[in-house]
Amino acid sequence: MNEQSSIIPTGRQEFDRELGRLEAELILMSGLVEKAIFDALQALKNRDIDRSQRVIDEDDHIDETELEIERYCVELIRRQSPMAGDLRRIVASLQIAGELERIGDYAEGIAKISITMGSQPPLKELIDIPRMGDMAVSMLKRSLEAFISRDADSVRTISVELENEDDEVDDLYAKVQADLMELVKSNPDNAERATYLMWVAHNVERVADRAMNIVERALYQATGEFVSGSTQIEPTAE
Amino acid sequence: MALNDTDLLSQAGSAENILKFDDIEPLLESNDLSVSYGGQTAVSGVSLQVPKNSVVSLIGPSGCGKSTLLRCFNRMNDLIPSASVSGKVNFAGQDIYAHDVDPTEIRFRIGMVFQRPNPFPKSIYENVAFGPRINGMTDDLDEVVETSLRRAAVWDEVKDRLNDSGLSVSGGQQQRICIARALAVNPEIVLMDEPASALDPISTQAIEQLIQELSSEVTIIIVTHNMQQATRISDYAAVMMAGEERIGRMIEYGTNEQVFGNPKDERTEAYVTGRIG
Repeated sequence: MNEQSSIIPTGRQEFDRELGRLEAELILMSGLVEKAIFDALQALKNRDIDRSQRVIDEDDHIDETELEIERYCVELIRRQSPMAGDLRRIVASLQIAGELERIGDYAEGIAKISITMGSQPPLKELIDIPRMGDMAVSMLKRSLEAFISRDADSVRTISVELENEDDEVDDLYAKVQADLMELVKSNPDNAERATYLMWVAHNVERVADRAMNIVERALYQATGEFVSGSTQIEPTAE
Repeated sequence: MALNDTDLLSQAGSAENILKFDDIEPLLESNDLSVSYGGQTAVSGVSLQVPKNSVVSLIGPSGCGKSTLLRCFNRMNDLIPSASVSGKVNFAGQDIYAHDVDPTEIRFRIGMVFQRPNPFPKSIYENVAFGPRINGMTDDLDEVVETSLRRAAVWDEVKDRLNDSGLSVSGGQQQRICIARALAVNPEIVLMDEPASALDPISTQAIEQLIQELSSEVTIIIVTHNMQQATRISDYAAVMMAGEERIGRMIEYGTNEQVFGNPKDERTEAYVTGRIG
């Protein structure tokens, strides 16, 4: 035991361990969600219906994990009456669990579309949508990194980077939409398959948006600042 | 932060962490207020502004000078022979430590309620009528007693036993009778030193509700160790801290939201989250 921890009250040390457990649960949930998005897009690309079904089945696990985190947060609030940074950490964790659960739903949505498409091949070769997916998953990882850092400067730096990446995802989404619309215009029979891919692209674009929400919760945790999607997070002044 | 760094704990808060009201005239204001007992400094350099009709909590670890500071605000420290006070306390624009100020008059205008209920060994009626009688008020005493007991939210419980001893009722009722006694002389400020710490949860809830109701007409400064209580009842909170040399200093003063939600001073964060205390 180092010199500092020796003067921290035992109850406080226990609370720190509980907060550590909460963080670990969130990291675990984030891993499940990242895998769900990755698997859903891979299954779509490879027309792997079994894999799509596993993504749908696994979503129950993600939902249960969110509930466990919610219950644990309520338990900590009830038992520890948290203040200041502790309260912000628990509130941010609750909100992030909700964001992750929604991302899990997007993965499930992609998997359902894949199953609905059945044996039909995708309308076009899937290049931009997997790219969007890679970027969205990367953004998700970075947003959790910002949360775990609990450091205002790190959160702001990551936030600025992710805003740029989110713009790129939005651009790709617009490109996917335009390409698909062209294919529909050229042959109206393409409309059904184009609609499927538009929904997939929409879900992936929303994953990136949710990652931005997580960065906003990370900023709240680190600084107490409330920001919304319409607020630009300013980088730390050097 | 190194929490065992006593040098850090003994430093006063930086000016930007101490709330100042630029747009209003505070009802009570201390400037560089220090207190010592027998030459030993107990509180140093406190500059605090208290707006009218607000509830201000004084919080901090045991021995950091909260009660000592509170007692300065109505010159209760005058009653301790070894105590000496420097700096200023202005109340409604008047320096309460000026030579021509009568401390008794100040104590009527700035009342006090203590940790343990301390009714006089007299009837409930006489406890409440005590202040007005000393002030020479003899008319309408019944009305003053009733109004004060009503304001202290204890009238319905004691109205049929006003001639019983003030010591014959429950602790929570005794404390509200003491509050009624303080209110009977129409104080502008009531100082409360852990008024609910000796009470059960129901009585504590009654006192907290009373404080919130009174704050529309009276300014309240309260010392409390109960952080949740401070969060529930106060508009502003001042955080005191003392290092190894046991000199209490104010490290942060701000809105309830700031101090308990997003403190500016890392020592406040450490205190309100239970890392020190």
